[in-house]
Amino acid sequence: MSPAEEAVLQRSDRNGWLLVAPALVVLGLAAILPLLVMLVYSFLAPGDFGNVKWEFSTDGWVSILFQRDIFDGTLSLADAHLTIFWRSLWLSTVTTLLAFLIGFPTAWFIATRPARQRPIWLFLVTLPFWTNLLIRTFAILEVIRSEGLINTALIRMGIIETPIQMLYTDGAVLLGMAYVYLPLMVLPLYAAIDRFDMRMLEAAYDLYASRWMALRRIVLPIVKPGVVAGSILVFVPSLGAYVTPRVLGGGKNMMIGNFIELQFGQGRNWPLGAALSMTLLIIVTIALLFYVRAANRPRSDHG
Amino acid sequence: MGVSVAGEVTISARNVVKAFGQGAGAVRALDDVSVDIRQGEFFTLLGPSGCGKTTLLRLIAGFEMPTEGTILLDGTDISTLPPNRRPVNTVFQSYALFPHLTVAQNVAFGLEMLGKPSSEIKARTSAMLALVKLEAMAGRKTSQLSGGQQQRVALARALAPQPKVLLLDEPLSALDLKLRKEMQIELKRLQLETGITFIFVTHDQEEALTMSDRIAVMSAGKIQQVGSAKEIYIHPRNRFVASFIGETNFLTGTAEAGALRLATGNRIEVPGLAPGGTATVCVRPEQLRLGRPEDGGITARVRSLVYFGTDTHCHLALSDGTEIVARLQSPASGEAGLTEGQEVGVTFAQGAVQRVED
Repeated sequence: MSPAEEAVLQRSDRNGWLLVAPALVVLGLAAILPLLVMLVYSFLAPGDFGNVKWEFSTDGWVSILFQRDIFDGTLSLADAHLTIFWRSLWLSTVTTLLAFLIGFPTAWFIATRPARQRPIWLFLVTLPFWTNLLIRTFAILEVIRSEGLINTALIRMGIIETPIQMLYTDGAVLLGMAYVYLPLMVLPLYAAIDRFDMRMLEAAYDLYASRWMALRRIVLPIVKPGVVAGSILVFVPSLGAYVTPRVLGGGKNMMIGNFIELQFGQGRNWPLGAALSMTLLIIVTIALLFYVRAANRPRSDHG
Repeated sequence: MGVSVAGEVTISARNVVKAFGQGAGAVRALDDVSVDIRQGEFFTLLGPSGCGKTTLLRLIAGFEMPTEGTILLDGTDISTLPPNRRPVNTVFQSYALFPHLTVAQNVAFGLEMLGKPSSEIKARTSAMLALVKLEAMAGRKTSQLSGGQQQRVALARALAPQPKVLLLDEPLSALDLKLRKEMQIELKRLQLETGITFIFVTHDQEEALTMSDRIAVMSAGKIQQVGSAKEIYIHPRNRFVASFIGETNFLTGTAEAGALRLATGNRIEVPGLAPGGTATVCVRPEQLRLGRPEDGGITARVRSLVYFGTDTHCHLALSDGTEIVARLQSPASGEAGLTEGQEVGVTFAQGAVQRVED
């Protein structure tokens, strides 16, 4: 290669970096810098009125799992914290499952409508996004609270005498989260099912597959990328959900998001909040790694 | 070829009607179709697109239910059974191979769904792959195969469960000409080796003529004629069949006793024709003989000559303006010994004139 050609190549290389520079700057300022701030804060000591004291401390990280006895200073496992982590994982997993169980038939229904009707159905699915999340959550609250729509109706009809406690239960949080995140499941599933060649289904039926077997052995494996995408889109925000568990779960049924908020608010323990946020990030990353690996594992060979 | 090893009736369609849509806008894709397909024969449904041949195939497969009429398999009514409960398998036009499975898994799928023991599945899958000469590809994904190989996988997959009837929906239409010829021979071999009844759908008359024991020519939702390739080519029942299968010349005139009187005044012998009204006959271009006008025959003028290699097409005009074509075997010199504008006397080979209905 001649020196002149090399110079041209180098210049185009430099120009390439210059062109992506704005994106890199935004990414650095908006995504990586806050994470670094969070990481630094998690190793500082809590200030007396919120904020942080600039002295190195691992207390934030230690108190995620342990609590220090006020009198003798011994460490013991913080059961309450573990419960919150466990509940968050469990609720997010069930939310994802619920969203899939409702979302799959919905997406299938839309994808099998005549092409002209599909945009209308898709529009209806995304319609809830047009309203504020808080308002939608309070609407659910209005439906399920003790003096709410369902209980009032059931009492008036004489089916029950005292209201059923639905609000402030894990069930209420599940209902709320499944409702809020459902479109995030439906849209990628729709995209995958839309690409699915319906003749595959005919071929499966033709080869003696029942409806269930055709779904399990042919449809689901082929639309799997949509299932994976939808599950991630529902699971990740569910794990960090804040508004829904706060409004529908009450103070007792906390999830990680509420717990973190507590540290930055009333708890006045910013380092613990920062450490919790980092922990959430780590949990999400690990969960996704496991999920993606499990989803991509080749099916065991029968043939 | 053409030897029918067929015996009893396997598939029987009785007065089948299939309408799509409702009320006045309904389209009758099949209009009162009745046909018997015999055990072990290579049966072809031939017709232009939209004639209902694929609809009839889908009714036999179970993807569609008849609006009226019944479909019998070995005497049992299967009209309302879903596809997974009919001992009938399909080779799809687009193959519809499962992209997430290997070649062997594709072939094994039907056997697995039937709940066969795994030793039997293994043995039959290998046997099927050997039958279509794809043993080496067993572990490949279907997307790694060529069109012809995918076609073979589709065949092996549909044959593996040993169906009573194999349905083939224009399976060769996606292949190039050379591969198509190879697969035609291959299909015929598979049919003879397995002894399974094949119902083959195509719009390609040559494919139909060379492969089939019997052909049903379809048009506008109806079966126009059923018969062997020779029967249909030599004795077409009506104008549609005569023009759809091969090329032909139509001559219309007044019916006399045992003959047809053309507008030119010429008389053509048509045995069995009763006098009264107009009638149409057809003659294949290769059955025309050209001689000198003074030696008799119908006088015609040569309009144009088109050289096709093995033969030469001679376009002729009769004195009343009717255009006909003669196909003459090209002599060694390539010159047919005719010139444009020349007058000739046209005669027909013995038995070549066929009466057709309109």
